[in-house]
Amino acid sequence: MQEAPLKPPSNPPTPGLQGFVEDWSSDQRAFKKVSWGKAMMWIFLLSDTFVFGCFLVAYMIARSSTVTEWPNASEVFALHIGGVELPLILIAIMTFVLITSSGTMAMAVNCAYSRARKPTALLMLLTAALGAGFVGMQVFEWSKLIHEGVRPWGNPFGAEQFGASFFMITGFHGTHVSIGVIFLLIVARKVWKGEFDRDERTWMCSGKGDYEAVEIMGLYWHFVDLVWVFIFAFFYLW
Amino acid sequence: MADLPHDTDPQLPPAEVADVMPPHAHSWWSHYVFSQDAKYIAIQYSGTAIAIGLVGLVLSWLMRLQLGFPGIFDFITPDAYYQFITMHGMIMVVYLLTAVFLGGFGNYLIPLMVGARDMVFPFVNMLSFWIYLLAVLVLVASFFAPGGPTGAGWTLYPPQAILSGTPGGAQSGIILMLVSLILFIIGFTMGGLNYVVTVLQARTRGMTMMRLPLTVWGIFTATVMALLAFPALLVAAIMMLFDRLLGTSFFMPALVELGETLSYGGGSPIAFQHLFWFFGHPEVYIVALPAFGIVSDLLAVHARKNVFGYRMMVWAIVGIGALSFIVWAHHMYVSGMHPYFGFFFATTTLIIAVPTAIKVYNWVLTLWKGDIHLTLPMLFALGFIVTFVNGGLTGLFLGNVVVDVPLSDTMFVVAHFHMVMGVAPIMVILGAIYHWYPLMTGRMLNQAMGHFHFWITFIGAYAIFFPMHYVGLVGVPRRYYEIGEPAFMTTPVEGLNAFITVAALTVGAAQMVFLFNLYWSSRHGRVAGSNPWKATTLEWLTPVVPPEHGNWGDDLPLVYRWAYDYSLPGAPEDYIVQTDPGPKAPTAGPL
Repeated sequence: MQEAPLKPPSNPPTPGLQGFVEDWSSDQRAFKKVSWGKAMMWIFLLSDTFVFGCFLVAYMIARSSTVTEWPNASEVFALHIGGVELPLILIAIMTFVLITSSGTMAMAVNCAYSRARKPTALLMLLTAALGAGFVGMQVFEWSKLIHEGVRPWGNPFGAEQFGASFFMITGFHGTHVSIGVIFLLIVARKVWKGEFDRDERTWMCSGKGDYEAVEIMGLYWHFVDLVWVFIFAFFYLW
Repeated sequence: MADLPHDTDPQLPPAEVADVMPPHAHSWWSHYVFSQDAKYIAIQYSGTAIAIGLVGLVLSWLMRLQLGFPGIFDFITPDAYYQFITMHGMIMVVYLLTAVFLGGFGNYLIPLMVGARDMVFPFVNMLSFWIYLLAVLVLVASFFAPGGPTGAGWTLYPPQAILSGTPGGAQSGIILMLVSLILFIIGFTMGGLNYVVTVLQARTRGMTMMRLPLTVWGIFTATVMALLAFPALLVAAIMMLFDRLLGTSFFMPALVELGETLSYGGGSPIAFQHLFWFFGHPEVYIVALPAFGIVSDLLAVHARKNVFGYRMMVWAIVGIGALSFIVWAHHMYVSGMHPYFGFFFATTTLIIAVPTAIKVYNWVLTLWKGDIHLTLPMLFALGFIVTFVNGGLTGLFLGNVVVDVPLSDTMFVVAHFHMVMGVAPIMVILGAIYHWYPLMTGRMLNQAMGHFHFWITFIGAYAIFFPMHYVGLVGVPRRYYEIGEPAFMTTPVEGLNAFITVAALTVGAAQMVFLFNLYWSSRHGRVAGSNPWKATTLEWLTPVVPPEHGNWGDDLPLVYRWAYDYSLPGAPEDYIVQTDPGPKAPTAGPL
């Protein structure tokens, strides 16, 4: 089933709590002007928040219940560059890259609002490239740690839950980023080919002739970025 | 239906979303097998769930045979017994009840009751079923795996769940169980997102949230809860899978097994219990809330009366849903917890009894002075109320720390949760099938077989679980292969155990009559016609019964009133359908 927008509502929405109550008391839609796809993405992200929340809480319990000392993240994740030991330098760059990609994604969404086909596609490609760069650096970080002897079942630095939590949480997040990159490329290709300018139905394109898929993609991307901020804070900085 | 031209009705707000038909099936395969029609998906879901539920039923028979007549059946070894217990519990809670209520009734009733043509994303909805089927197949595969299925108990507590002393612990049983759960959660999420968005964003004109039948409210709230509770199980399953496969120690403390020190160390088994019950307790209400909603509708239709306190019923559902997320540790009083936490969780547990009691009172007040038709759905609904009250009251016992500690892990607990989330929701499922079968097939279920089925099931369920409370009170622990004659038990329970087993076998056999009825009536049942129960809700008002692809013919229904205009004074008939624009009737206002 698909939905197509009709004429915009004649009355402007009431602001504040009153408007909230009016929307939820109304027929047809609880979130006015929110399409099915966007509503679904929001609810999925709420559910996914609980997944990452549970991962982080489980990690904290593991960290507080283990009897062995927890490794010092600043030392484990330090790189030796030019004779200087730089703590967390790679993670800092990764975080910078991912947050930058959120910026380019926001610009892509902004271009999509004005239906600028080429800038939207290019900015999405740039976002995908930054995302792929993030995953690439994560691969580097994983290989470095594996080389140093960190395994899910133990590591030379201290508590074995350190390696287990690290691989599990960053792996789960990295999977999210990778899936995001794939879908960014798919949507960017659709934008480039002008599929969102025509009123036709193809896969992941509801035939409304608008760029909403870009915005929904953006919601997912910003979410993945936000999750990283928490992982950064709780795993690397703590 | 409205006489007014469809799009110019002044009583209703204009359509916000264009009415587009869902994609048509082009071949036999896409029509009957890879169907994207929620109604077919519902039947596929229910059929699969009932099939795996039969496996769960047979497992309970085998378990009861051992408990009732210990030492007689050689093939029931202690290992096999634990495998039966585990798989019975997991199958019934997750793969039967959750799947039937949300995947089955949710898929069938939500689009019809809110006046939509289908779920919002039919393709994703179809994927949901096929992943669920895959999860069931993986679960079934564990029966044929070397070492058999896991025997860890349905709660899968570590460390024992993945150690070699537990059946399937060192082999593939536990792995297949966890993989199956992960698949189930992925599949359910796809369906659940659909149900929630359909209720929120795809209602027809005039259908406000406060005009929704309580069935939709129950399923909707349960689905939201499932989307927030299943993540905890997903995480717990992934972590335990890593503990088992990669040798991580998330849940595994340092231990010695058969004189050998294992490589695990430093993990927290309690962490698993917290994650499991953060899912597990909402799960109780994920099963109960759809039952609450459906039973409210059954009572209203068959007592020809509006649901008493509709708005309070809605808020009670929402309140129970919210509260159920902060009571989980009452399953863990004996696991080791700070006494203040015990106090907190006992308090929240008792508070949740308040909205639940409101619902029970409102069901009884709905019956009060109603024009009660003792039809089969009504009988099952009444059966639900008494069973649920019974199970709920023992829940108050177990919610208190000091009462729970001696009763914990006895058969009393088994009796409690079977009453409250086994028998009671199954009563509703059965009543709902008797109620909506005419809609799905166009024929009524056979009355004689139905009455036989009801009375055996209802009386039999009490025969099973009432004595079981007593068995627990005198001290029989749950999950014991054989109790023997321990010194602490002064009262013998062999006779009662044998009695319970005979009752369980009888009730199980009566379900075969029901299944035969489902088959027989689809061919020979009385033709129902449209709206045989004279109900007001939209699902009975489709132009063709059973509803066809797209549900509504050319025009979507327009809704002018709430779902419960029964026996209105002065009205020509004792019900006014939701699409009747007639004289203004009392409706629930905003929120």
